[in-house]
Amino acid sequence: MMQWMFGVSLAMPAIWLVGQIGLDLVYPGSYLGPDAGETVVHYLGQTALIILLLAYSVSPLRRLTGITMIARQRRQVGLFAFTYVCLHALSYLAFYLEFVWSDLLDDFSDRLYIAAGLGSLVCLTLMAATSTRGWQRRMRRYWRVLHRLVYPAVGLALLHLWWLTRDGYGEVVLYSLWFLVLSIERLWHLPRFKRGWPA
Amino acid sequence: MLIRRPPKISPLEITPEASYVTRRRWLKQAGIVSAGLTLPMTPTYAGLQPDDDITPERIATTYNNFYEFGTGKDDPAEHAHNLTTDPWTVTVSGEAKKTGQFAFEDIVKGLTPQERIYRFRCVEAWSMVVPWEGIELSKILAQFEPNGNAKYVEFKTLVRPSEMPEQRSVFSTIDWPYVEGLRMDEAYHPLSLMVTGMYGKPLPNQNGAPWRLMVPWKYGFKSVKSIVSIRFMQQAPRNTWNRLAPNEYGFYANVNPSVSHPRWSQASERRLPSSLFNPNRRPTLPFNGYADEVAGLYAGMDLAKFY
Ligand code: HEM
Repeated sequence: MMQWMFGVSLAMPAIWLVGQIGLDLVYPGSYLGPDAGETVVHYLGQTALIILLLAYSVSPLRRLTGITMIARQRRQVGLFAFTYVCLHALSYLAFYLEFVWSDLLDDFSDRLYIAAGLGSLVCLTLMAATSTRGWQRRMRRYWRVLHRLVYPAVGLALLHLWWLTRDGYGEVVLYSLWFLVLSIERLWHLPRFKRGWPA
Repeated sequence: MLIRRPPKISPLEITPEASYVTRRRWLKQAGIVSAGLTLPMTPTYAGLQPDDDITPERIATTYNNFYEFGTGKDDPAEHAHNLTTDPWTVTVSGEAKKTGQFAFEDIVKGLTPQERIYRFRCVEAWSMVVPWEGIELSKILAQFEPNGNAKYVEFKTLVRPSEMPEQRSVFSTIDWPYVEGLRMDEAYHPLSLMVTGMYGKPLPNQNGAPWRLMVPWKYGFKSVKSIVSIRFMQQAPRNTWNRLAPNEYGFYANVNPSVSHPRWSQASERRLPSSLFNPNRRPTLPFNGYADEVAGLYAGMDLAKFY
């Protein structure tokens, strides 16, 4: 039940977007604005980042509230974040590049913010591919090591946003603070720190 | 009543009837037509291509970059109505005979605006086609009698944090005022326009009221809005975006598909409106299609270096 509710909530932004696209087909320009491709790329990027940060918040939230069942939602939230990132990257390929692959190579090499986004996507792909119970068992303690990729994944996504922002840094600062506060919380809960500051 | 004929194409062939009608209505309201004066616009269609359809007015007036009002495209249309444009004082300084403070009305008095339909290309790789009304920049500048030392002209946008929210924002890194500039020969080029209206109406605040520059062969950020200062200079001014990111934005900023930008490939553009299944993408033309008119200004210059 819980699983299902989380799933529906996390799918809402995608469902909403499909609705907007449908309406925009009927009333061109009224729902996605005059530059529809840009609207979709930005919307999916925003959603991806927010859900990625939500995934990053699950464990601290469990520690804070003591509700252990939310921890079981972590994988689902992470997979949704991955899905939105893929849709975001796909919308960029479709609407910005119109699948001109040579432009893609130029973007990776010439545009640092795109390279950072790609780095984040690579981390998330490795995590998503190994997210099943089977992989968890097979990899044993290496699974936890691999899934520390969440730090570079969020870090590079934020870098992506810092680099593509030209002015009006309010949003980036907000997301970065969210990441920073949760990262400090994590440091705080490292066993080493629990025992007291190392001498 | 005298209606001057445009040089090549009849306006009715190009201007959609609706906008043509609104223009006449506005003229009537403004008392210009009834006063029996010459129609104040001589349409010019320099370099207009057959598929250059005029962008709907609603898009050109609601999809704007005017960072003083916020960084979102819809922020200017949302916030700019707070801007007071009357009275409007312009400071003229530097290498010219007539310097000082001037009222906007006094500067434009007696100068008749012309209609110019120009392609407008933003560095963000989107473009529009807009019917502007304006006065040739050379006619404005000549009034101040710039002297032989004047090699460049600098323009500044208003600074008024009480009416311009982004100027109050702690999250903005722009050092206001917004500064832009042109070489004098660019400024005196007949295509360079000081715009006071669009779509047959006075210029809306979000588009840079009461007047803004329009230099159609350069990226949009050169066409500075809501101008309060004109300065004639010996050296090139440091324009705002160049100061913020010198590797991304140069002084010249001529539209050039072969000079890639660190954020956007400039090889093509999305002509607005651009929808998902009809993106309306087209190749970007050197000098935004005005090469015949302006390429001579840059003869012998390495445009990859002076981007
Ligand atoms: C291969 C991977 C990626 C590519 C090619 C890519 C591409 C882009 C592009 C082209 C833009 C728009 C830039 C502009 O219009 O100025 C953008 C914006 C954005 N992207 Fe990505 N991106 C990638 C990965 C990611 C990832 C992993 C995240 C976060 C989890 C992300 C979050 C965002 C955000 C938040 C925005 C800003 C949206 C806005 O301004 O409203 N992107 N991305």
